[in-house]
Amino acid sequence: MNYNWHWKVLLEMEPGGTGSYLHYLVVGLGWTLVTALAAWAIALTLGALIGTLRTTSRRWVVRAGNLYVEIFRNVPLIVQMFLWFFVVPELLPASLGDWIKQMPPPWGSYLPAVMCLAIFTSVRVAEQVRAGINSLPRGQSMAGTAMGLTEFQTYRYVILPQSFRIILPPLTSEFMNIIKNSSVALTIGLLELTGRARAMQEFSFRVFEAFATATVIYLLTNLIVVLGMRALERRVRVPGLIGAQAVQAGH
Amino acid sequence: MQGFDFDVIQRSLVYLFRDGMTFTLTLTALAMTGGIVFGTLLAMMRLSSLRAVSMIGGAYVNLMRSVPLVLVIFWFFFLVPYIGGWVTGAARPIQVGAFLSALITFTMFEAAYYCEIMRAGIQSIPRGQVWSGYALGLNYWQTMASIVLPQAFRNMLPVLLTQTIILFQDTSLVYVISATDFLGAAAKVANRDYRLVEMYTFVAVVYFIISYSLSLLVKHLQDRIAIIR
Repeated sequence: MNYNWHWKVLLEMEPGGTGSYLHYLVVGLGWTLVTALAAWAIALTLGALIGTLRTTSRRWVVRAGNLYVEIFRNVPLIVQMFLWFFVVPELLPASLGDWIKQMPPPWGSYLPAVMCLAIFTSVRVAEQVRAGINSLPRGQSMAGTAMGLTEFQTYRYVILPQSFRIILPPLTSEFMNIIKNSSVALTIGLLELTGRARAMQEFSFRVFEAFATATVIYLLTNLIVVLGMRALERRVRVPGLIGAQAVQAGH
Repeated sequence: MQGFDFDVIQRSLVYLFRDGMTFTLTLTALAMTGGIVFGTLLAMMRLSSLRAVSMIGGAYVNLMRSVPLVLVIFWFFFLVPYIGGWVTGAARPIQVGAFLSALITFTMFEAAYYCEIMRAGIQSIPRGQVWSGYALGLNYWQTMASIVLPQAFRNMLPVLLTQTIILFQDTSLVYVISATDFLGAAAKVANRDYRLVEMYTFVAVVYFIISYSLSLLVKHLQDRIAIIR
């Protein structure tokens, strides 16, 4: 029982005629990153906002934040992907829904994928932000109040600058998660890295060459992200803190 | 909500739950069991004083945690038949079916995540516990099995269960190999009757109810088993 490796397939032309298979996969990595980065920008903004609101003293705001988090945490990513792709355009006003459905590929898949990943990840970012804020000693916000700062000013100048520096390591792993999770977008037709590896396998029948190449590309991407974020973490670390990370479930 | 036909859900209810949900729940339960056992072994490897052993464990865990689950599902879907053929000495890859392929995938993949949880659990046990085990004349495996792991397991039970809820949600990704899990069953009905909106909304609601109830249970458990120090 042997598998005949044929690595030269990577240099052969893919059926679409855009270039070699290797080039085809690297373009896939480009789509992975473009999707992940756009979603990350939204997720970070939304997550920071919701996570912060959930630590305030306004009861209804906290409840609304909890509801948001519970909804998007308890539905599988692929189901959310389908909701954004198949269901949301039907529920929007007809003209807007049609406009989304008629977007030329790959934008018709790209937009729902970005929205889905952004909302899905914003929940996890919100949890991290909330944990970071709650990890600060209560005295910090009390001191802010004693100085005569308003609640907004306390958050802006005292709480948030510290908590963001504390939660940078868990945010790094969320960023890597969003890169990996973007592969689920292949189910709605976005040809990102994993989707292209599968397409290459279907065109060329070189199963393991395709998946092994994709795996190596993911590993290299991870390595670069980890090294970059480590450098950033060293720069913004709060002096005097150990910076240990609590273990948590997740992907 | 005009033009929607929610009857389709009622018509396919038996199929969705008897075929689909059974697949999902069986896969979750078996992969959880296998994943925790393999994950615990991996954690022991990673904490081993033998450098080679801890490096192999670490490499495996890091590899699994660096690639998307979808890609791992594809890998094993094609790899398992080859390994099966190699083990049985068959000349051609043997057919194993979507369920077995998914079960092996999720066991191997989730083990990496369970490993990190169990590693933290083992590391949270005071060293004196291990020493007292050795002082009593127990060997490494006996100390692990009867002193360290039970405590580590208890400390980490809420996190292990939270990871299992994630595993339960992740099993829906077997859609990519066309398995008939809960989502796969719903997708088949949705495409046959062209009722995508109704079916996918229903799927989301069912997943939400199950995952949310489980997470409440975990929270309750967490409060109960917390050791007061």
